[in-house]
Formats: sequence, structure tokens, C-alpha cells
Amino acid sequence: MLDDFLVRALLAGIGVALAAAPLGCFVVWRRMAYFGDATAHAAILGVALSLAFGTSVFVGALAVALVMALTVSTLSGRGYAMDTLLGVLAHSALAFGLVAVSFLQGVRLDLMSYLFGDILAVGKGDLAVIWSGVALVIGLMAWRWQGLLTATLNPDLAYASGIDPKREQMVLTLGLALVVAVAIKVVGALLIVALLIIPAASARALARSPESMAFGAAGIGAASAMGGLWASYHYDTPAGPSIVCVAAIIFAFSNLWARIGLTR
Amino acid sequence: MSLITVSGLSISHGDHQALSNVDLNIDKGEIVTIVGPNGSGKTTLLRCIIGALRPNAGEVKRAAGLRIGYVPQSLSIDQTLPLRVERFLSLPRRRAPGDIAAALVQAGAAGLADRQMTGLSGGQFQRVLLARALLENPDLLILDEPTTGLDQPGSADLYAQIEQVRRETGAAILMVSHELHVVMSASDRVICLNGHVCCHGTPEIVASAPEYRALFGTGTHGALALYRHEHDHHHDHENCDHDHTHDHEAHTHA
Repeated sequence: MLDDFLVRALLAGIGVALAAAPLGCFVVWRRMAYFGDATAHAAILGVALSLAFGTSVFVGALAVALVMALTVSTLSGRGYAMDTLLGVLAHSALAFGLVAVSFLQGVRLDLMSYLFGDILAVGKGDLAVIWSGVALVIGLMAWRWQGLLTATLNPDLAYASGIDPKREQMVLTLGLALVVAVAIKVVGALLIVALLIIPAASARALARSPESMAFGAAGIGAASAMGGLWASYHYDTPAGPSIVCVAAIIFAFSNLWARIGLTR
Repeated sequence: MSLITVSGLSISHGDHQALSNVDLNIDKGEIVTIVGPNGSGKTTLLRCIIGALRPNAGEVKRAAGLRIGYVPQSLSIDQTLPLRVERFLSLPRRRAPGDIAAALVQAGAAGLADRQMTGLSGGQFQRVLLARALLENPDLLILDEPTTGLDQPGSADLYAQIEQVRRETGAAILMVSHELHVVMSASDRVICLNGHVCCHGTPEIVASAPEYRALFGTGTHGALALYRHEHDHHHDHENCDHDHTHDHEAHTHA
């Protein structure tokens, strides 16, 4: 079964959607979209470095994404507004990554696959890496769920209950770097944040609790992966962007549905 | 044995010395209110006590096993976060439905369990925050300006609720407030703060202290008319520290 490239692509897409769902909810609740962008764009630099040194792309992307996320966490609240700081870091990281790649010979054609993903080329080894990362992220989110939610509501409320909100922020940072590293093969660095935010935002319109929003996001993300791959197969469209397009269409319909439900 | 003993506490935010050499203790079952102008370090002091800020000097000692219920000054819940009252009360520790219902009744918020947090009125929201603090089964309730954003009847109701909670649970209460007259009549002790402890003592002592008048002016006559012993002029300021040289006119809204 795993010998079929479409099956492997489906498993990769669904896996990333499941990991992105709970994390994406926090990205939406805490307004961290730009933070996600910075992390994802930095991953391109990681890809360039791993190609140069011949290490695994997953490890390179993870390391640089983590460094970027930590840098942003540390620099926040020191002078510049957060969105300015992230704008500087996100786009500089992307630019440096693109320049770094140009120094490498023979990988120019490869670059597109890291910017927009190459889900149809996912191998068995990639699947193992992706699902390990997915399991790790889901485990981390489930373990810290209550503390993360409390810290998201109010840092002082967390402190008073003996929870360190900075530690919870670190958990999110780590989760984000992991998702970026596993998703880069699936949707590419430029569209990772879409996979985090769109399913979560679509689920919001229909959810009554944080948990139902996370599960809804997982379902919507997985459906987007399946729908996008189906469209890609039948209409010969690029797979990663097709997945995001399906997610965006679901977003539009779920909001429409919620509106109609409210007026009834 | 005091529940909380603060000694020699100093803290600065960058160049700004927010608190210097603050001493304070809270005993079992008493209501202590901190008053002071904007920017006087009231919230900073509370944040030190709950452990959100580390002091530069001095220490905060808690009685062993002390349970604190904390009601923050403001809590903005993002519209994108769907959260029912019942679920909110189960953060960060899961609570039994029976306990949740009891806490809501005690906080005067019965029947709100199934409502969305973002759909509550200001008064309902504050009561839900109070209910959450009560679920800790606290020895000490800490409230930071609990009546922010409430109208006068609304805040009078909330203070009555807080007093009832004290009667029912025996928890000590430490709160920060702007509403001098209400607070003064309901408190066992008042601490007047302005970067340091200006004066402290029973409401009578504080209200007649020159330090307090310097901070809040004589224009508070109207407010003080409601205060319980208006005609009872105490002139012993034994608890008041007279040697302060702050220019109180300079304190504007922070």
C-alpha cells in the first residue's frame, strides 16, 4: 500500500494536518500568525544549510526554525513592535535562505519544492520522519493543554496557579518549529502558516469549546489534504497550493454556514 | 502566623523604581485594601505576591500550604477562542460539575455555566472570575480592582458579594481599589501605597492621615461622607510614616 505515491502523499498530508490543528488554534488565539511566518521562512535558510553540509533537511530546517523562534521570543518587547520585528526577521531569513541556496550548485531546481512543497515525492523514510514529528507535537500539545490554555488567557492567572507562562510559550515555540520542519516537504515554507491558520479559523465558526475547535481543525485539515490531492491528481495542479485552496474554500463555507445558523 | 509576609520588597521596571522597601502582612480572615494613585505600584505589589514578578530586593513569604485565589484586573479573551464558563472554571485544574455549580452560586453567578465567556456582561464576567478563584478553596483571595468597568450599583453589589464570601469561607482578602469610600468602610485595614507604604492602619487612621490627604486631596469630602466614622476624628498617626518628600502633584495617569 505504501508503494503507491498517492497513498504516501495522503498519509503525509493528513499527518501534518493533525499536528497543525491544535497548534494552529493557539496561533489563532494568541495572534501568532506572523510568528509562524518567521519560523517557516527561516526554515528555508535551514534547508540551504543542510544541503550545503549534506545533513538531513528535516534536521536543518528544525534547527534553524527553532533558533528563529527562540530569537523572536527573546527579542519581543524590546523596543520594536512585534509585527515590525517579525517582519524584519521573517523576510530577512527568507532572503538569506534564497541567497544561500544560490551558492549551492545543482540545487536550483530543488528550491521550488521547498518553497511550495513536494508532497508527491514523499518517500517511506519521509513518512517515518513526518509521523514521528506529528506524534511528538500531538503528545506535547495534549500533555500541556490545560497549562497552555491558562497561559493563553492571562499570564498572571497562570502564575497564580503555579504555571510559568514563559515555559508554555516555549512549548508552543518548540511545537511550531517541529510542525514547520515536517510540513516543509508537504506544503512548503511559504504555505505552512496557511495550513496552521485556515483549518483552525474554519473550525472556530462551528466550535463551542477549545477542544472541539482543535478536533474540528484536525478534521478540516485532513479533508483539505484529501481534497487537495484529489484535485491535484485530476486537474494536474500543484499539490501543496491545492490543499491550501481546498482549506480556504472550506473556510468560506463554514463561515457562511455559521452566519445562516445565526440568522435562523 | 501571617498568611503572607512581605518584607523590604523593592522592585524596579527598567529605570523606574516601582516599589521600594515595602513591608506588609496579611493575617487570617482579614480584609486588607491597598489604595493609591495610578502608577503607585499597586498591581506590581500584587504580581509580586502571586509570583509573577521577582523582586530586586526583599522577599515574599507565604505560609506553608497557602492556597491563593487570584482575580486579575482585566482578562481579555480573544473572540476566536470559544470558551464556556464551565470550561473556563476547569482551568488549569479539572473541576467536578458539582463544585463548579457551587462556586458559581457562591460568587453570585448561578446559571451562567453554559454561557460563552465572550458573551458575558462586565459584572457577570467579574463574578465568574471570582468563582474561579473560589474553586481554589483559597485561604487568601487576591483581587486587583475587581470593579473595573462596573457602574456604581454594580460595584456595590460585587463588594457585597466579596464580603459575603469572606463570611462564608473565612478567607482573607487582599484587594486593590480605586473606590475609596466603599473600600474604606468594608476593610479591616487599609494600606496607602505610593511607591512605598505612605501610611497604613484602620480605615479611620488612614483617612485622617496627612499622607493620605496629600494623595487624594480634600476633594474626597463627598466620598468620605459615606465612610463609617466620619465624625470620629482620630488623630493618632502612630502607624504613619511622616518623613516622605514625594511630590504628589507629579503623579498623573500612568
